[in-house]
Amino acid sequence: MGRTLAEKVWDEHVVRSAPGEPDLLYIDLHLIHEVTSPQAFDGLRLAGRQVRRPDLTLATEDHNVPTLDWDKPIADPVSKTQVDTLRRNAAEFGVRLHPLGDIEQGIVHVVGPQLGLTQPGMTIVCGDSHTSTHGAFGAIAFGIGTSEVEHVLATQTLMQAKPRTMAVTINGSLPAGVTAKDMVLTLITHTGTGGGQGYIVEYRGRAIDELSMEGRMTVCNMSIEWGAKAGLIAPDQTTFDYIEGKPEAPKGADWDAAVAHWKTLVTDADAEYDQEIVLDASTMTPFVTWGTNPGQGVPLGGVVPTPADFEEESDRIAAENALTYMGLEAGTPMRDVHVDTVFVGSCTNGRIEDLRLAAEIIEGHKVADGTRLLVVPGSVRVRLQAMEEGLDKIFTEAGAEWRGAGCSMCLGMNPDQLAVGERSASTSNRNFEGRQGKGGRTHLVSIPVAAATAVRGTLSSPADLVSVEV
Amino acid sequence: MEKFTAHTGVAMPLKRSNVDTDQIIPAVYLKRVTRSGFEDGLFGAWRNDPDFVLNRPEYAGASVLVAGPDFGTGSSREHAVWALQNYGFKAVISSRFADIFRGNSGKSGLVAAQVGEKVVQRIWDHLDEFPGATVTVDLESRTVRAGEGPDAIEDSFDIDDYTRYRLLEGLDDIGITMSHGDDIEAYESTRPSWKPVTQRL
Repeated sequence: MGRTLAEKVWDEHVVRSAPGEPDLLYIDLHLIHEVTSPQAFDGLRLAGRQVRRPDLTLATEDHNVPTLDWDKPIADPVSKTQVDTLRRNAAEFGVRLHPLGDIEQGIVHVVGPQLGLTQPGMTIVCGDSHTSTHGAFGAIAFGIGTSEVEHVLATQTLMQAKPRTMAVTINGSLPAGVTAKDMVLTLITHTGTGGGQGYIVEYRGRAIDELSMEGRMTVCNMSIEWGAKAGLIAPDQTTFDYIEGKPEAPKGADWDAAVAHWKTLVTDADAEYDQEIVLDASTMTPFVTWGTNPGQGVPLGGVVPTPADFEEESDRIAAENALTYMGLEAGTPMRDVHVDTVFVGSCTNGRIEDLRLAAEIIEGHKVADGTRLLVVPGSVRVRLQAMEEGLDKIFTEAGAEWRGAGCSMCLGMNPDQLAVGERSASTSNRNFEGRQGKGGRTHLVSIPVAAATAVRGTLSSPADLVSVEV
Repeated sequence: MEKFTAHTGVAMPLKRSNVDTDQIIPAVYLKRVTRSGFEDGLFGAWRNDPDFVLNRPEYAGASVLVAGPDFGTGSSREHAVWALQNYGFKAVISSRFADIFRGNSGKSGLVAAQVGEKVVQRIWDHLDEFPGATVTVDLESRTVRAGEGPDAIEDSFDIDDYTRYRLLEGLDDIGITMSHGDDIEAYESTRPSWKPVTQRL
């Protein structure tokens, strides 16, 4: 019987397999940031161990770096300690680091692909659950905890039980104005937050084939939000075109050898998945969340649901808690929900294509009174590219704040946080209670919805902008 | 790592589903560079509420958490496990755990005992009737136990064999893997030369 893409990549990385034990899996690339690594380096130091492969390890500062005044010392002393600790550890153990102020600094999941380090068929890990982003290239990529970070640093391997495989087939084409973000939010509401648990998911079908690499990264990024171990997409010409010419991409004969191998990384016709979900992209619409987990979503044209309508008791209670926290009334049209802050950025939607799309929609409009728009590029490179294209001017002329690169308000570890009761439309990945600031209320949205919402001040799509005075 | 065979302690019900790691420990508490001291951030947002279960006197010193389904979803932060451990929890019982949380628990020595949803409900009912009652999590026999007499609860829980073995023996993963150093070297010698590197050494 044939093998799935995930099985092929997995099998290529098994160092050791023994009955009753998890596989020992080789890791091709280990990405590191300041929040989940200090205790791992400390563990190495205590045991007198080295980093086995500094040449397969890359560190950057992203989670708690400021997006204003980044050329000055970090004001928050605790954040500063964490960043300083990473710098000390990188120097001591010989790890390549892109610190704040460096041209390659940025969100770790934006930096890997833009450097060309993220390639098909690799195993990639990072102490961050959104490592699944790199699966867009046909890699097995997943988030790990700090004990595992230490394990990879010391051995360049991980002990992992082989997950089951699932196919998510998305047929048809996305309608105009509907994005990869709407697709994945629709999927998560369909499956619930636990639907992918224990699976490596392969996204496939026409709608996936038609996505750009940026769009594929958005989909794979949110795999973890429905519980999947990892999400991946078979590499194709779109993938190869994206990688070719990147700084760390193979060159010359190496490129030919690599592409020849990458072309074998497809699921065999006679392979079987343990489970399959089929969705139709042509019926999808702009999609937003109303609750406090990413599975609590509705079409933008819908209304806040009524808790009593949920069949499962646990869903009912979760919906009641969510509406209380979010300050929403059942039956309210989503388009009537007023938003205080719009956040464009994160490893989900902070790449150049995202900023281009946001700028295109916002150009010629002003941010609504009583609403602020925060635009945070995913990396310094994305920031510079956007400025070269004049996108920063479009944003600032509309009244938006144009910031430095980092994770920023996605998780509010830096000063970019919501206040108690403040409501956001956010292009990030999690609407958990307090995620963007204690008491903050988050609606997850796509780039077009974020941009249109900034102009109107209520959850909107670009189609709603027609009636707005320019 | 300390060996874990069985633990009996005051059990605290957390009657919520989808308790994500941002709830277990909000991001603002993640800035320490040690593995200790995270207990103050445990359930940080909910703790302001004096009625929150963790603040109730009958659950002082609780060491077994009995939670709703999909416990530990979201971020990969192992700080969530450390916060529970720093506070004094030795085991969490739930009908479903997020994968990364489950993995992190196993690495740090917190037992994540997966039971049927009905078992969670029965333990919750028991704790409603006898607040402050103890629950036993027996890793040796893979059972959870609560109460006495005809209404006593005893059921098996799921935990993967290898994690159970490591916890029972208190084994260090890295040490085990390093004993397979020859296998790792042999694998490395077969990696294609075009695979990317972050620096030339």
